Amino acid sequence: MCGIIGFMSRKKRMIKGDKIAIALDSLKERGNGKGSGYVGYGIYPTKYKDCYAFHILIDNTPKFEKIKVEVENVLEQYGTIVKDEEIPTEDGIIEKIHIPWRYFYEVDEKYADREEDVVVDIVMEINDKIDGAFVISSGKDLGVFKAVGWPDEVAKFYRIDKYGGYMWLAHARYPTNTKAWWGGAHPFNLLNWSVVHNGEITSYGTNRRFVEMFGYKCRLLTDTEVVAYILDLLMRKHKIPVEYALSALAPRFWDEIDKMPEEERELHTAIRLAYGGAMLNGPFAIAVGTPHGLIFMNGDIENDTTMFGLTDRIKLRPLIAAEKDDMIFISSEESAIRKICPDLDRVWMPDAGMPVIARPWK
Amino acid sequence: MEEVVIDAKDMHYRELNEKIHQILRENPDVKKIILKNVLGQRFIGNGLQKKDLTIEIYGIPGGDLGMFMSGPTIIVYGNAEFAPGNTMDDGTIVIHGSSGDVTAHSMRGGKIFVRGDVGYRSGIHMKAYKDKVPVLVVGGRAKDFLGEYMAGGNIIVLNIDEKGNDLGKVKGRMIGTGIHGGAIYIRGEIDKDQLGVAADIKEFTEEDLEKIKPYIEEFCKWFNLSEDVKNKLLNSKWTKIAPISKRPFGKLYTPDLM
Amino acid sequence: MIPSYVPPKYKVEVDPNKCMLCERCTVECSWGVHRREGDRIISYSNRCGACHRCVVMCPRDAITIKENAISWRSHPLWDIDARADIYNQAKTGCILLSGMGNAKEHPIYFDKIVLDACQVTNPSIDPLREPMELRTYIGKKPKQLEFDFVEEEFDGKKIKKAKLKTKIAPNLKLDTPIMIAHMSYGALSLNAHLSFAKAVKECGTFMGTGEGGLPKALYPYADHIITQVASGRFGVNEEYLMKGAAIEIKIGQGAKPGIGGHLPGEKVTAEISATRMIPEGSDAISPAPHHDIYSIEDLAQLVRSLKEATRWKKPVFVKIAAVHNAPAIAVGIATSDADAVVIDGYRGGTGAAPKVFRDHVGIPIEMAIAAVDQRLREEGLRNEISIIASGGIRCSADVFKAIALGADAVYIGTAAMVALGCRVCGRCYTGLCAWGIATQRPELVKRLDPEVGARRVANLIKAWTHEIKELLGANGINSIESLRGNRDRLRGVGLNEKELEILGIKAAGE
Repeated sequence: MCGIIGFMSRKKRMIKGDKIAIALDSLKERGNGKGSGYVGYGIYPTKYKDCYAFHILIDNTPKFEKIKVEVENVLEQYGTIVKDEEIPTEDGIIEKIHIPWRYFYEVDEKYADREEDVVVDIVMEINDKIDGAFVISSGKDLGVFKAVGWPDEVAKFYRIDKYGGYMWLAHARYPTNTKAWWGGAHPFNLLNWSVVHNGEITSYGTNRRFVEMFGYKCRLLTDTEVVAYILDLLMRKHKIPVEYALSALAPRFWDEIDKMPEEERELHTAIRLAYGGAMLNGPFAIAVGTPHGLIFMNGDIENDTTMFGLTDRIKLRPLIAAEKDDMIFISSEESAIRKICPDLDRVWMPDAGMPVIARPWK
Repeated sequence: MEEVVIDAKDMHYRELNEKIHQILRENPDVKKIILKNVLGQRFIGNGLQKKDLTIEIYGIPGGDLGMFMSGPTIIVYGNAEFAPGNTMDDGTIVIHGSSGDVTAHSMRGGKIFVRGDVGYRSGIHMKAYKDKVPVLVVGGRAKDFLGEYMAGGNIIVLNIDEKGNDLGKVKGRMIGTGIHGGAIYIRGEIDKDQLGVAADIKEFTEEDLEKIKPYIEEFCKWFNLSEDVKNKLLNSKWTKIAPISKRPFGKLYTPDLM
Repeated sequence: MIPSYVPPKYKVEVDPNKCMLCERCTVECSWGVHRREGDRIISYSNRCGACHRCVVMCPRDAITIKENAISWRSHPLWDIDARADIYNQAKTGCILLSGMGNAKEHPIYFDKIVLDACQVTNPSIDPLREPMELRTYIGKKPKQLEFDFVEEEFDGKKIKKAKLKTKIAPNLKLDTPIMIAHMSYGALSLNAHLSFAKAVKECGTFMGTGEGGLPKALYPYADHIITQVASGRFGVNEEYLMKGAAIEIKIGQGAKPGIGGHLPGEKVTAEISATRMIPEGSDAISPAPHHDIYSIEDLAQLVRSLKEATRWKKPVFVKIAAVHNAPAIAVGIATSDADAVVIDGYRGGTGAAPKVFRDHVGIPIEMAIAAVDQRLREEGLRNEISIIASGGIRCSADVFKAIALGADAVYIGTAAMVALGCRVCGRCYTGLCAWGIATQRPELVKRLDPEVGARRVANLIKAWTHEIKELLGANGINSIESLRGNRDRLRGVGLNEKELEILGIKAAGE
């Protein structure tokens, strides 16, 4: 069991991080203190807005400097570190077994046409090859803050209240499989994809071997990691329209497909045939933050971030959506939303396997 | 003291529930407990047995509201989260809003009235015995898997919105899947392919109408619905869904004795 | 010949107290074991192969068959078979012929793999009351989907819509991942084939013709039949190729990798002669290689040639025996336009094979599937081609494990015959099958009623399908594509590190 919450201001108003922390704290009954995490979009709005902001956790041991040098070597192979510093943390709340570091980074011009693939390569290389370092976020103008601890502890540790973002996702963890460690907390991030997930993926073995065929490496010991990679593969690399890509994760049932008109039936059959390895099985409720440039079914290309929520096809996990003015919320429980927004215009339960998609107002 | 008010703002559920029990211990005559500013506190009313007790909740109660409860009446002025009435034995729960997944899970007696919608797998494993017949009445809609594994009791879905207008075609799938006792009554038409396994559409008779009438009337009373709406509900086309047999899967197994 | 005398394996006894001298056994036994002499039935035990026909048909249950209790001095190296085989070869100077699959005491890896069940952290799913999808598509799949954006008019407004650009090649649609393997008409009787054909049509799956061509009696079921093109090219013409739902090129067979097919002359009757276009009574030999395939590029040519002949409308599979470089061959097949690779492990059955091949050549199917699946993934090709596993699939758990190791579907051969009554006595090559399954003699063939046979085979497929659904539900999976290659659902018990590594599974407890 875990608890998730996400919200976005469709007017892209900056909202302080303490709000998401309060909401997540009210979900802590769903976690067991073995991990909490936050991701904020829009938190680096000024000088480093167009840099990749790598948040990297490095073991707090005597080997620290050596590991840091190895990390920097990988980064410098493909571009320039514009600025780097320790992510400011508060002492005395969580034992600092890893030191969070951030690098503001630009990819070298000569890789301009495959910049994002290079960043993915960098992340895979650091996670796979460097012992003692792992990347927790690699997007532009966003950052993941996660550790082993209760929601309020992690929020205080990273001083979340000092950041402002137009979209926040958060997660309180109750691990189902592996031992708790900082890298196993959610959100899982790759480029501007961030995923928080409640549930357990029974198809993980299949999903992992599917994405590994395309060069992704699952090294963070948690099934949720694979969701971020599947989304990146389908929507960024293969450019599948959003609604169809999400339908690959939670496909229509065959008996529904059989009843569809011919063109739709062929389409949904093709999705299941080509992307059977991307289907997520097992209970899940996910909230996702996305990069720019996603293509929609009606040809729209969204030039900005979007947020969506999705559950498994037979609704084994709770998910509630709500809106008030420009704010849109997705959460495991309604009370978490009302904790920070007591008055809501509309509250609804999305259908199983059908996404809730939030896009900024134009 | 017959009426007590508790402000539950920022109160953890353990503290809140302990307060409720404390009141019941110290004031055996209390008839009504009012909870204000409830936001997500779970397990309210769990295991309570006092029949002449009403708990009014203002806000959003958390999961498992009234679980194992056997007697009191709980009125919620707001939405409920998952599993209100879970394994409830007796009493009444009235929700002036919607409730989440597995509402009335394993219910064994008593009544639940939800003004709005209920989530997935509501009424799952409801059971009945002799005079203990649980009832779930849903004002709006239920999501898929309604009445899964149902072994007894009645589920009534009214299919109306906040104003009492028809909501249109009922959309649920896998209705009554695995049902082997009890019945589901839905106001409106249902296609056979919306049913789950072991469920069948049976004839809705006068007897059925007499059976569900008192529950519809009680629903209208709780939510102040007009005579017009009540009459519309009673005079609509109803679909009755009931088991094909008591042992729908009896033929599936063979003894390992060949 | 005295030095070659081997005591009969079995002792057949007819209890004179129970026997009512109906003489049924003398007719039912096609091997000539029983004979009426005076007021008793005499049994020639040396002709008995324990096929149980007489036991089952005796109205008084008067017949028992026991292991003939003649002791051989036990020896760890020189077991009974080792000695008996030599007596046989010393007498005859011939290659020993045998039937069915590998009979050596190799480990059965399926039995050393155990399955998971979901508890607490994940709910198991009830396949009876909640949706459970077993539908499997066998055939070529695209590497990715591509879309075009097209403007359409809808309700008087112009809107853009994403339309699927990628064309998907023809696939076979299976309602269950179990198909019936290729066993030729010739090796098996027409009634056995008819039983299979009716059963697969009812169950929404497919059967193979084997290399004996497609008899006309099976034409009504042709859209549930996969026709086989083997090295002997028996019965292969344009009509044959277009008739079935798919075509399978048989390169090899698990029971006898490296050798071709062999139908002894005893079984080449007038009908077989007509279907295969060879003289009655002559042995039907399929050569070892296809003589137009001496290297991988030649195989690609045959695949494309078949597709041209059938206008690219039929999926083409390639069947290979599980051998050492099966993974490499599979990669070659995957890049050749073929739609599926069928891998037949060493437990796969046969009507006739040299014993030395049956027992010593080939590798277990569990290892083969795991290695082929892994290799195709390393090459980024696994998504594009289907894997069908066969060779010793005995129960639904084997099917489940085969799919979790990496197969899309399985073929069952021996199991389907057992459903018809086969006792695996292993004497198929004699053509005297008392059950009417592996024979061409009309008086024996008519013992197998295709309606009854079809019911039994359909029952088997349905029963296994139910069990697979339960196993899937217990593993928290409600759609079979999430089981394919999902090694996480398996654990090994009693396997060494290398075996675990090749199977790609963890040990129980990890």
